Amino acid sequence: MTRDDDQDDHHEHGSELSEMQLRVRALETVLAEKGYIDPAALDAMIEAYETRIGPHNGARVVARAWSDPAFKRALIEDATEAVQSLGLINRVGDHLIAVENTPTLHNMIVCTLCSCYPWEVLGLPPVWYKSAPYRSRAVSDPRGVLADFGLTLPAGTQIRVWDSTAETRFIVVPMQPAGTEDWSEDRLAALVTRDCMIGTGLPKSPKDAL
Amino acid sequence: MDGIHDMGGMHGFGKVEPQRDEPVFHAVWEGRCLALSRALGAIGAWTIDESRAGVEALPPDVYLSRSYYGKWALRLQNMIIARGLAGSDEIAAGHALRPGKPPTRKFAVADVARTLTRGSFDRPAQSPARFKAGDRVRAKNIHPPTHTRLPRYARGHVGVVEAIRGCHVFPDTVAIGAGENPQWLYTVVFAGRDLWGETADPTLMVSIEAFEPYLESVQQ
Repeated sequence: MTRDDDQDDHHEHGSELSEMQLRVRALETVLAEKGYIDPAALDAMIEAYETRIGPHNGARVVARAWSDPAFKRALIEDATEAVQSLGLINRVGDHLIAVENTPTLHNMIVCTLCSCYPWEVLGLPPVWYKSAPYRSRAVSDPRGVLADFGLTLPAGTQIRVWDSTAETRFIVVPMQPAGTEDWSEDRLAALVTRDCMIGTGLPKSPKDAL
Repeated sequence: MDGIHDMGGMHGFGKVEPQRDEPVFHAVWEGRCLALSRALGAIGAWTIDESRAGVEALPPDVYLSRSYYGKWALRLQNMIIARGLAGSDEIAAGHALRPGKPPTRKFAVADVARTLTRGSFDRPAQSPARFKAGDRVRAKNIHPPTHTRLPRYARGHVGVVEAIRGCHVFPDTVAIGAGENPQWLYTVVFAGRDLWGETADPTLMVSIEAFEPYLESVQQ
């Protein structure tokens, strides 16, 4: 294989794509024939990550936090327990930590060492989260990173970057958009984007919602 | 290991380029690769720390030139061979040439649900926590050649303990097969200017999740 075979997922050439497909298929076939895995179990896992486990779960958590102050307190206190109580998805693993944005504080999540990310509430991380540009700059130039997302925060806002260097996982609770105080949880959840729960975006504006 | 994976603060990688409406997987093999890796972890072929060390062990040019799942595929193949789960001759042939290593435990559909939930890394403490919230601590100037979770950019700098997160499995020893060796875990927060100098954003605070052996006390 040459160096640049699969360097960019978005621009793979057909032959390179098939090379990776063949390589991974060979691994799967050998492991299945030797009795280590049932391919149907892989199907089930992939299906879960493509459908059930994604940022829609985190959006429900944030929408509940916005509409229920007691839940928000519980979430900040122990996010694993609080998210569990919603019964949204399968059990949530340990050490989930929710961090709250305020008018003076903006939180951002990164994993500079690999790709740690709160899978159970946000699903699998996007390519940019795992990329060298994000991992290198989030801790030293977060405002520059936010500019790449088209986001400019007031100069006085404190920026707190959480580097996920252990088995703790973080989710940002963004500020609730003004004018949505009487909205239902369903409508609120539609404002909550994946990026605003990582800290590289803000919730959608109410006027952009249905 | 002072490897290419330890990217915090590096220059030259360019802009972050978010993709609109990005799919969960960009090709079928990415999903198979993720699921195979998780499945082998679930049947005990390796721990999460050993698997991270497996990606970090890729040569820097390979690390930088492969896609995320491209790295996973290389790691998967390397570790399957290293653990004796299959031989390189079998992978080249695309078929098993010998029976599986006994005792074989098969990853089955019934095992999927538990892999969708993160395991617990909390362990009983062997000793009381050495630090408390508010303590000033210095990240040690250490450079282990093996797996560690103390990023280079924090080493030598003074921060403040913000929270104690419990006593957790210690990646540095797990990754080299030296046991779970549970250690207290702290959130330690640093001022951006302490890490990056006077030109840094004065509003920036950066925290790491630091295991107790990474930290030393600083005169209060």
